Amino acid sequence: MSEATGGIDTEENTGGKVKKFLYVNRKAPYGTIYALESLEVVLIAAAFDQDVSLAFLDDGVYQVVKGQHTKPIDVKNFSPTYRALEGYDIEKLYVEKESMEARGLKEDDLIVPVKVVNAQEMADIMQSQDVIMSF
Amino acid sequence: MPITVAGKTFETDEEGYLANRTDWSEEVAKEMAKADNCDLSQNHWEVLNFLREYYEEYQIAPAVRVLTKAIGKKLGPDKGNSKYLYELFPYGPAKQACKYAGLPKPTGCV
Repeated sequence: MSEATGGIDTEENTGGKVKKFLYVNRKAPYGTIYALESLEVVLIAAAFDQDVSLAFLDDGVYQVVKGQHTKPIDVKNFSPTYRALEGYDIEKLYVEKESMEARGLKEDDLIVPVKVVNAQEMADIMQSQDVIMSF
Repeated sequence: MPITVAGKTFETDEEGYLANRTDWSEEVAKEMAKADNCDLSQNHWEVLNFLREYYEEYQIAPAVRVLTKAIGKKLGPDKGNSKYLYELFPYGPAKQACKYAGLPKPTGCV
């Protein structure tokens, strides 16, 4: 990204169609690099003023669970970064109900406000996207 | 290129960002600014302190757009705009200010 496209004062820039991007997260936050890579792509892509949503399914639900303690495995705890997404105007976070319940989790266990949707609703959300990136 | 402050040497990456965030002190910030011929004023410190707080809370350095908006919220609209921040940090507000604040280079590049 150059200084010119860094997302500054792009309000006047009405070229290009806004696309719907969905980032699908299916893996536990620590142990593999997928979750962190996904988050970084989301943060970088936020500069392009697209319509961004995030979905958390399967073990991906653990990415937004409160109270991660990563010190013993000597990895940076990036969970607080999910709370920064709001500042990047990324406010559509979907968690699949079935995945959450299968892991004994409740909405209260999550670090950010999300919308809990069932598998069918999640399928509909996916159907409505222009681009889906899976991590 | 490592940076030397008051006889102590600290590791940095190839672009001059501190390798270890815990090595940071106000003196380190001043030394980095001096190398860029930048004299840190109260206005600079406001931004640096804000960035350090932001990092503490969210574990990332904000993109410049997010920084601009957040500064506006906290310090008022006359400071929360690109012009003001670029005047303070001509090398790019997020990039240059994050360096002085001892944070890694922000995701999003400006």
